[in-house]
Amino acid sequence: MLWIAIRMLTGDKQKFYGLLFGIAFSTLLITQQLTIFVNLLERGASGTYNVSSADVWVMDPVSRTTDVAYALPSTALDQVRGVPGVDWAVPHLRAQASVRTKDGDLEGVAIIGVDDATLIGLPKNMIDGSTEVLSQPDSVIIDDVGATRMFPGQSPIGERLELNDQRAVVRGVADAIPSFTSTVVLYTKYSQALRYVPGTRNRLSFVLVGAADGIDAKTLSERIEKQTGLKAQTRDEFARDGVQFIIENTGIPLNFGITVLLGFIVGVAIVGLTFSLFIRDNIKQFGALKAIGVTNGKIAQMVAVQAGMVGMIGYGLGVLGTVGFLTAFANDPTFKGFYIPWQIPLISFAAMVLIIVLTGWIALRGVMNTEPAAVFR
Amino acid sequence: MSATEATTGSQPAIRTRGVTRDFKAGQQTIRVLHGIDLDVCPGELTYLVGESGSGKTTMISIMCGILWPTDGDVEVFGTDIYSLSDTDLVNFRLQNIGFIFQQYNLIPSIDAASNAAVPLIAQGMDRLEARDRAVAMLDKLNIADQADKLPNQLSGGQQQRVAIARALVHEPRLVVCDEPTAALDAKSGRRVMDLLREVGVAEDRSVIIVTHDNRIFDLADRILVLEDGRITHDGTDMPEDH
Ligand SMILES: Nc1ncnc2c1ncn2[C@@H]1O[C@H](COP(=O)(O)OP(=O)(O)OP(=O)(O)O)[C@@H](O)[C@H]1O
Ligand SMILES: [Mg+2]
Repeated sequence: MLWIAIRMLTGDKQKFYGLLFGIAFSTLLITQQLTIFVNLLERGASGTYNVSSADVWVMDPVSRTTDVAYALPSTALDQVRGVPGVDWAVPHLRAQASVRTKDGDLEGVAIIGVDDATLIGLPKNMIDGSTEVLSQPDSVIIDDVGATRMFPGQSPIGERLELNDQRAVVRGVADAIPSFTSTVVLYTKYSQALRYVPGTRNRLSFVLVGAADGIDAKTLSERIEKQTGLKAQTRDEFARDGVQFIIENTGIPLNFGITVLLGFIVGVAIVGLTFSLFIRDNIKQFGALKAIGVTNGKIAQMVAVQAGMVGMIGYGLGVLGTVGFLTAFANDPTFKGFYIPWQIPLISFAAMVLIIVLTGWIALRGVMNTEPAAVFR
Repeated sequence: MSATEATTGSQPAIRTRGVTRDFKAGQQTIRVLHGIDLDVCPGELTYLVGESGSGKTTMISIMCGILWPTDGDVEVFGTDIYSLSDTDLVNFRLQNIGFIFQQYNLIPSIDAASNAAVPLIAQGMDRLEARDRAVAMLDKLNIADQADKLPNQLSGGQQQRVAIARALVHEPRLVVCDEPTAALDAKSGRRVMDLLREVGVAEDRSVIIVTHDNRIFDLADRILVLEDGRITHDGTDMPEDH
């Protein structure tokens, strides 16, 4: 009988494809939007992730993220270095600046000053050039997404910039996770950064700390807080705060939430209507089967198989569509490093199951309520 | 009221006692069948005739186990079918009754043989084996060559023969048809009746046909006339006044 159920479904090409489209579209919308949402949110933590070697970030108590930071007093570095369990502590400067390109365009950029001696604070990998270049005068390293943005279609190496009216030369390209706003990021030595950033107020944004062997980051951060009165967070905590900041301060969760909900509603609507139409078209056949001697239980199984089949194929297509989308845009800086967290296909699977169960149940009720005696009318 | 006793000594195919059926029409309750007592004999082709609205479809639906009587008992080959559980009744129909619906209600996306095989498949027989049996039945009905075609590739008469094959393929003891010849020309109508007699009627089996097609009245073994929910004639021929 299940074979018959499947043939009934696939035989009605129009509705079969309509159902597949409904589920696939819904799955695609939900999976793709959730993926973009999560990846965008994670960019709130990009500043933290890019500095993979720092175990603990020390900052002013009011600082919240890598980009929303209040300056530390210059004594902070020594204070932190005095805390037992600190293996190393280096200064880290983050500031905004305006850059004038060769063509005269003005662009807001982020300047990150990394420790002169150890270069801690740079992203782990370089795409072009080596980190050594920072020892040359006026050197900056640009992040890769910034490079494609500022110098589309050309190599940025050797390009001169006017950075807050100071000379800067791009000598390397870093492989970095873009920030939430995709701002161009220029890395330079801490001492150099101080020259680019005018004024005396902001001379130190963070102290980056490496934990000594045998002490975990959490313990160390608590110890630093206690001893210095500054705010100290482990890398993971600080990353989470970056994400949290975006959730709280942008319309992103609401916007994506609405799209995902729309995807679900559209799915329910298309699938519900098409499935009900399909059942209605076949109600005489179902009635005949009931009269001939197919139990309601068996009929329910038939409808379940029909719904399940549409669900699985449609879901597969939807997820494939999302993968295809990400693959197609893999080289687009906007989607750099985007991946599908394993939870998302599960969520869209659950949404699909919900759609199928809901619409299947409604359709099934129609069949169940058909009296077998109706076949003689 | 006419209580019709079985003419042979054997168990009747169908035996109804005091069958009534009411339908609700708004506030009113309309009694469509008024306490029908009837014995249908095995080995006979029985017609149920009567004017439109006289209750033929209601009666046949009750006799084949798809419509509950408001009152009364129905035995089919000795089984009091409406005392069975729902599932048992469904299975009873599956094993014992073949249906020919006026709109054949074939499944459009499976071929003729598979359509004819549906009762066997529903009984749990392997699909291909069921299909072979169905092809054999289609052969008896002279349309084995159409076995691979989808219903919409068949003519109306061919579709009906597929429906007849479906009603007979599992060799049910009782076959019921509502207006099987209404849509056919006289010759095809008679051919269908011949087929039904040939394949459906045997010593321990019977066929009940609801019809008001006077072109085929001469083919019945027995004719029952229903008027306003009562049986008013029972014989081998139609009464004079019809
Ligand atoms: N489900 C129902 N609900 C309400 N009334 C019904 C229902 N089924 C049948 N009736 C009524 O019962 C009466 C008998 O109907 P039935 O279908 O048995 O007649 P019939 O003899 O088969 O007529 P026809 O020759 O037109 O098919 C009619 O008055 C009809 O309106
Ligand atoms: Mg009728």
